[in-house]
Amino acid sequence: MDITTLKSKKSLIWWTVIFTIFILLIFLPFYTQGYAVVLLISILVYVILTLSWVMFSGSTGYMSLAPAAFFGVGIYTSALIGKVFPFPITVLVGGMASFILAILVGALTLRLKGIYFAIFTFGLVMLIAYSLLFFEIQVTGTRGRFVIVMDYNTIYFYMLGIFMLLLLTTYLIKNSKYGLALRSIGQEEDAAAHTGVNVVGVKVMTFAISAFFMGAVGSVMATKLTYIDPFIAFSTTYSFMPVAMAIFGGTGSLYGPIIGAAILTYLEEILITKFAEVYMLIFGAILVAAILYLPDGLVGFIQKIWRRLMERNHVDT
Amino acid sequence: MLHVNHINAFYGKIQALWDISLNVHEAEVVALVGANGAGKTTLVNTISGLLRPTSGLIEFLGKRVDDLKSHSIVELGMSHIPEGRMLFPNMSVRENLEMGAYTKRVWKNKHKTLEQVYDLFPVLRARQRQLARTLSGGEQQMVAMGRGLMSNPKLCIIDEPSCGLAPIIVQEMFGIIGSLRSQGIAIFLIEQNVQQTLEIANRAYVLENGRLILEGNSQDLIQEEMIKKAYLGL
Repeated sequence: MDITTLKSKKSLIWWTVIFTIFILLIFLPFYTQGYAVVLLISILVYVILTLSWVMFSGSTGYMSLAPAAFFGVGIYTSALIGKVFPFPITVLVGGMASFILAILVGALTLRLKGIYFAIFTFGLVMLIAYSLLFFEIQVTGTRGRFVIVMDYNTIYFYMLGIFMLLLLTTYLIKNSKYGLALRSIGQEEDAAAHTGVNVVGVKVMTFAISAFFMGAVGSVMATKLTYIDPFIAFSTTYSFMPVAMAIFGGTGSLYGPIIGAAILTYLEEILITKFAEVYMLIFGAILVAAILYLPDGLVGFIQKIWRRLMERNHVDT
Repeated sequence: MLHVNHINAFYGKIQALWDISLNVHEAEVVALVGANGAGKTTLVNTISGLLRPTSGLIEFLGKRVDDLKSHSIVELGMSHIPEGRMLFPNMSVRENLEMGAYTKRVWKNKHKTLEQVYDLFPVLRARQRQLARTLSGGEQQMVAMGRGLMSNPKLCIIDEPSCGLAPIIVQEMFGIIGSLRSQGIAIFLIEQNVQQTLEIANRAYVLENGRLILEGNSQDLIQEEMIKKAYLGL
């Protein structure tokens, strides 16, 4: 069998697996009840945030700590206009608001490199949270807001829809000329400019696309929270967790961040229920171990073992 | 095809280029020689749009380019092969070369151009799946040159192609530059290897402390006393 048929057979298997998983995910709410759906919503939130984060930061190497800002903008948009507009419009507006914010912030700050960019994006989260708090207390005279309530199954289907769209977008970017340009920026930005890449344009656009998905998932998440204030909406956890999950899963592939986010979310759930007082401690220890011993993430580690096994089989036969 | 007219450029408050004027015509190899720190790389970075001149004018193919971004200048047909190669280390040789064809004008024909580059550098065809960082210095320089040629340029700026290479490979590089000229590509060559550069170039400019101090046909410059003393060690 030559390489191309082997490759097409392999990708056929992949597509079948992905298709089956999605069918299972779509029908899941009909044969389970309660907790499974709630857990999957939590997992999907983090999967979407992590995958969006990897879309920009994973390939360009610009460490963004802004997910919480874009997520929060989505949440707040939902609280502001959710009662007025049909929900799909709210989700779209939430995503677009984050998209526009990312274009503004990106155009201003994507000249910064390394730690400066990371710190600025983190500062952005704080800036928005405190400005909103000031506004709420001084102008509206309240601290937080109520959001429209939806049942868990509806929330779940919205999340699943966003996830599918994100997966498709990431896949298309990865396999296009645009994805090649993104990777080249991550490796040697000056050379990318030399070869004719509009470096600033590509960075800002990708930053904005990833922000769109963070905002969209935020506006759905708001309905699960039911009550929000600036510090619930702009919780820094949503900036750090996607980074940790991406590193844990491995940023080299599409499924690495998904697996990383799924495992760590589930782990968080277990730790919170079983060891509520020390869960952050255990969680932190696991992350440190992962960074030390899994430099290419969980997926990279599994791939390495797999390759070694294959080579051994090769020698045996 | 390239006209640089009285440009001045600064790094912060320090003036790096003083009133530079030069020309490169069709199918001609023009050399820019000078010592370390003379401003050679600053000058070519200004031409290719990575730096902005504070005054003066740069025209390429009759179009003003000193206010364009570098990606738009590449689109016009000027390719810059940077000093120190600047490859994408964790991308394959093939991906590195494909990046060279990034501009809209040439992306459609990238397979054809890729074949031409492989014909020029057969060793790269054999190594196309290898990551760029695993190649030898000479092979990396070939990838850098190949990537620059993938944009199907009318003018190729090559910054120090011989930097850090073994003499026999330097010889090969100069051979390739000669064959590019015969394909009708104009070359603006920046070199410290003055002897060999003057042998291959039609004309040359000498840059010192940010100023052009000499220009002329290469044959005449080789005879120049000042060049002999300062650069050829005679």
